[in-house]
Amino acid sequence: MRVESKIEITAPPALVWEYVSDPSRYLDFMSGITRWEVVGAKRIGLGARYRMLLRVGSAEVGGLIEVVEFARAADLAWTSITGIDQRGRWRLRAGHEGRSTVTTLRLSYGVAGSGIWGWLADKVAAPTVRGHLRRSLQQLKRQVEHEQLRSAAAERRRSRMGAA
Amino acid sequence: MAATADLLSGVAELVKSRVPAADLDERDPDYIRESLPRLWLLASLYFRAEVRGLGNVPDEGPVLLVGNHSGGNLTPDTGVFTLAFSTYFGVERVFHQLAHNLVLSMPGLSFLRKYGTVAASHDNARKALQAGAAVLVYPGGDYEVHRPSWQGRRVDFGGRKGFLRLALDERVPIVPVVSIGGQETALFLSRGERLAKGLALDRLFRLKVLPISIAPPWGLNVGDMLGHVPLPAKITIEALPPIDLRREFGADPDLDEAYDHLVRLMQETLDALAAERRFPVLG
Repeated sequence: MRVESKIEITAPPALVWEYVSDPSRYLDFMSGITRWEVVGAKRIGLGARYRMLLRVGSAEVGGLIEVVEFARAADLAWTSITGIDQRGRWRLRAGHEGRSTVTTLRLSYGVAGSGIWGWLADKVAAPTVRGHLRRSLQQLKRQVEHEQLRSAAAERRRSRMGAA
Repeated sequence: MAATADLLSGVAELVKSRVPAADLDERDPDYIRESLPRLWLLASLYFRAEVRGLGNVPDEGPVLLVGNHSGGNLTPDTGVFTLAFSTYFGVERVFHQLAHNLVLSMPGLSFLRKYGTVAASHDNARKALQAGAAVLVYPGGDYEVHRPSWQGRRVDFGGRKGFLRLALDERVPIVPVVSIGGQETALFLSRGERLAKGLALDRLFRLKVLPISIAPPWGLNVGDMLGHVPLPAKITIEALPPIDLRREFGADPDLDEAYDHLVRLMQETLDALAAERRFPVLG
């Protein structure tokens, strides 16, 4: 089952990338995520591994995942090592004159070999998972745009003080 | 009368012969993984289950999970907790559940062994803990699981303290697991202790009860041997922080004191979970 959500964030891709590539921020903006821990020595980048859990219905599902694509300010994809089968992707593309970022979050999930029950569970879980993705993007947008406004205000204050 | 006794002895021998020898290797992680969607549908849609506090279970190493038991012979708590544990820690983490001999010898329930269910005995529990597994035990067993519905919000281990000795001998932490809702899946009327004694079931099958309940599809259900269709009661389970008996009660703990402490702790949690519920079954 594949679900996807998309949002336009008024900030350059590099700033959005800072958030989506940093595992320590996931608990702050990802809806339904109860665990996102670094496993192993590599914290960020290709081959980095995380233990993640997402609350869906009666269970927290997820497992060990590994980053398999890491193109700065563009694409970050992961795949599951243990737990349910999953493949996720952040896709960042420059929007209006490079000042905004069209951000897509995709998640394909399932349990191979689970037959008709697996298919049914995927369908039943889809609205919950889609809701988590949508809320995650909204929270990401709020945090990134707020951070951008805060940085701009700090810059203005600094220049005023410099001029004085 | 003699014929009845012979018949009962014959059935007892048959049951004994059907109880499988505990083989921890019968647990099948791939089977568990493939059945998770089925369990998830049942837990999420039918029982609207909620499991909290799994972060309290140590991330690795052997641990004794001690639960209160509800729901008659078809206990939804165990299935819900097995799902939650397997998705939270992954099916790679070895997890065994101890069950009554009769459950494991029932025709059609052999699949439970693939989930890691073994006959409840100290030897089996020891073997599993020594292998580094998490082991779920219900000290109240058949006594607690068939308590009348109006005692559904009571933790009642019937004074059974063997699990404490087990945790001490194997030097493993105890994680109390408190659940509510299971005793609302039927109207449990009586344990039928006198009936069980009268029929010598305690001697023959280690059964101290012959429960009487009202449950679909049977209506009046005596014995619950064929199970029943549980009502879709909301199940809530909470795992509490681990207890290291020696750290809390000294090098040679008083089992009575430790037992009272644990039961009190679980009862307080059960009371708190009960206070969250507004209606029976609906939750």
